[in-house]
Amino acid sequence: MFGHLPLWPENASTNAGSVDALYIFLLLVSGIMTVLIFAVLTAFAVRFRKRRGQRAVQIEGSTHLEITWSIIPFCVMLVFFVWGAVIFFQERTPPQDATEVYTVAKQWMWKFEHKGGQREINELHVPVGRDVKMIMTSQDVIHSFFVPAFRLKQDVVPGRYTTLWFRATKAGTYHLFCSQYCGTQHSGMVGWVTVMEPRDYEAWMSGGAGNQPLAVTGEKLFTELGCVTCHRSDTQGRGPNLVGVFGKPVLLEDGRTVIADENYVRESILEPAAKIVRGFKPVMPTFQGQLSDEQLNALVEYVKSLAGPQSGRPANASGVAVATPQP
Amino acid sequence: MATAVVADTGERENYLNAGHGPKSWLLTVDHKRIALLYLISITFFFFVGGFFALLIRLELLTPAGDLVQSDTYNKLFTMHGQVMVFFFLVPAVPAVLGNFLIPLMIGAKDLAFPRINLLSWYLFIIGGLLMIFTILSGGVDTGWTFYTPLSTEFLKTNVVSAAIGIFFAGFSSILTGLNFIVTIHRMRAPGMTWNRLPLFVWAHYATSIIQVLGTPVVAIALVLVVLERLFHLGIFNPLLGGDPLLFQHLFWFYSHPAVYIMILPGMGIISEIVCCFSRKRIFGYKAMALAVLGIAVIGFLVWAHHMFVAGISVYAALIFSLLSYLVAVPSAIKVFNWTATIYKGSVTYQTPMLYAFGFVGLFTIGGLTGLFLASLGVDVHVHDTYFIIAHFHYIMVGGMVMAYLGGMHFWWPKISGRMYPEGWGKLAALIVFIGFNLTFFPQFILGYMGMPRRYHSYPPEFQILNVLSTAGATILAVGYLLPMVYFMWSMRYGKPAPPNPWNAAGLEWQTHSPPPTFNFDEEPVVTWEAYNYDEMGEIPEKPEKEEVPVAH
Repeated sequence: MFGHLPLWPENASTNAGSVDALYIFLLLVSGIMTVLIFAVLTAFAVRFRKRRGQRAVQIEGSTHLEITWSIIPFCVMLVFFVWGAVIFFQERTPPQDATEVYTVAKQWMWKFEHKGGQREINELHVPVGRDVKMIMTSQDVIHSFFVPAFRLKQDVVPGRYTTLWFRATKAGTYHLFCSQYCGTQHSGMVGWVTVMEPRDYEAWMSGGAGNQPLAVTGEKLFTELGCVTCHRSDTQGRGPNLVGVFGKPVLLEDGRTVIADENYVRESILEPAAKIVRGFKPVMPTFQGQLSDEQLNALVEYVKSLAGPQSGRPANASGVAVATPQP
Repeated sequence: MATAVVADTGERENYLNAGHGPKSWLLTVDHKRIALLYLISITFFFFVGGFFALLIRLELLTPAGDLVQSDTYNKLFTMHGQVMVFFFLVPAVPAVLGNFLIPLMIGAKDLAFPRINLLSWYLFIIGGLLMIFTILSGGVDTGWTFYTPLSTEFLKTNVVSAAIGIFFAGFSSILTGLNFIVTIHRMRAPGMTWNRLPLFVWAHYATSIIQVLGTPVVAIALVLVVLERLFHLGIFNPLLGGDPLLFQHLFWFYSHPAVYIMILPGMGIISEIVCCFSRKRIFGYKAMALAVLGIAVIGFLVWAHHMFVAGISVYAALIFSLLSYLVAVPSAIKVFNWTATIYKGSVTYQTPMLYAFGFVGLFTIGGLTGLFLASLGVDVHVHDTYFIIAHFHYIMVGGMVMAYLGGMHFWWPKISGRMYPEGWGKLAALIVFIGFNLTFFPQFILGYMGMPRRYHSYPPEFQILNVLSTAGATILAVGYLLPMVYFMWSMRYGKPAPPNPWNAAGLEWQTHSPPPTFNFDEEPVVTWEAYNYDEMGEIPEKPEKEEVPVAH
């Protein structure tokens, strides 16, 4: 217990340093303000303690002071706001070519699926120095994916995808916690993020018995479930041709335009009546209750893979350059 | 001046001895007796909630979850939060001190609606009984925040009875707020203009606005949870087309302003105490009154800062972050003004003033850590960790509970007619201050390290900070038990209190301790400004025996 007194989390991602810098700035300013107020209070308490023959001096106030000590603190707070907002904006803007990992959270475990089909439970292997984007949903209640060493967390919500991206800077093993109370084993829903040097990561990815890439799984489902009958790869189908759709704007019947992102594809499968593409009839049946979240992820990944090279998405489903394994 | 005398004992008639027996208490419409009914009830719930806290801290002494089962632990932190928030912190100052003092402070005989006041207490008791039923029949483990779909689809515990209990407590709160608003508008004595109102009254006015406007939203949120649970309507369940985040918006739309319901009355207390024990008018009366109103209004515009990582858009997060900084400004003004009030004062350090100093220091720290949380980049990291727990306990316990204790000590002579033992009062205040900081400061560090909240077991590297925190909690418990003991002791053995033992400004001190049932022997006519300490003498060294009060 007294091995070392832990006071600070490890720093293992590109944004962690910025968060720490802002935090230290906040600590400094708050520390100074606290010491200042304590010191002034103590000084006044001592200097103006009741003394025989000395009466209190009644002071009504000072509008100047009120304005000053409103405006100056607010300006300092604006610095906190802008600095925090900049970090937040960066954290919420995933880079284009990030390696994507699907996450399904459930009571009480984390299920990860890499694009190459590799599956993990409560352990996440990622390469150092590469952008990684988690595409996450929950099978049941709201969970939250929290890695203190990355200074990041994102709630994982049932019924939709939320995302989180990071770039790890240091190989090592870091705590993964669920940080949204989710029932009995909330504090047991923990795991490890293992950041590996690129070579070790390639070895890990290609180890393990023949994983089927996620997009291939999706393609098989697409056929089995009959999606291909309406979503043909020509313009004759009762449903829109899905080639090249992902990531692009879609014009809807009601005049709105939406971007076909993961949430759009997922919603289209589970609640097809929510958004109808212009020029098509609302005839698609819903698959609510017929698909697991993992199957939905595979379908989404398959639709993504149809987007082709123009969207910047590699046709190779794993999304990672494959190196020949070392002997 | 005639003062009534109780026939059989010969003592002066006051609200305590006017009428005996359970009916005279349970059917009273005297705001002062209702305040005492509330005092007993909320004190009971404080110790229930405190007991749960002790069990939590005992469990957290070791990294493994080995004292209680996981489900039990989840019930402990849930019920600790629900009991403390809805059955202690929200009602404590308004329903006890506000009820007791507002009519006295404005020179009225009672509140505008005395029977509704009694109804408020009965609603509170019904809610409290439902809460006790919930606790005794297996508990509830939703977290005090009731997030869906966990609370609506996945838990088999007493969610419905807890939600209905809180619903009733909420209506108790709404009616109290309504009563106060009407009272303050319509029942002020001649000469008691708005600008002469004590800041305690202003604070309760602002609080009452929040209670009336905000509480109905959490009431409906809880009703929807109950309906969803019973009838699976699909409001919050994504499988039926519902939105789990809708609940969070409804819940936090009230629960953020709720924290201002909890703290504003405490700020009102601090203003009264600081002025009295510095013998000075408050610095910046207008600014202080505007500040509590400003906090009340802006406080309604910041709720989604509890949801920065919940799945709201980046733009929503930016707006709520900025607004959250805005609400910090009037709070900061208050801290500066209290400090400035002490400048060139004539300060003494009786127990209420010690609590006031404690409040200003700890509220400053709690409030400053709020600035950390309003900053998006930092909040992403520390949200749902012990940093948040430390932040709100600094404000609620370090701030609010200390203000409440300070107020109880300050007005105890008026309420009970007795002085509490000053030496013990100072000792307890010191123990509370030390215990509190030892309990909650390590939690800031734990939070930044990454220890999530609501964790039954945790990684071993977090243990030493948890041990420190638990040690503090045991000290804090002693500090809270002491006033319980000596306040009760004082009711029999304390020195009888004169009308104005502190020589304080304010109409409540212009009548007997304890006051007669209708508060004043004659209706006061106010011809002086608030905090007229320039006209008052010093605080008496020793309280004199009770005298017939002299009208100004």
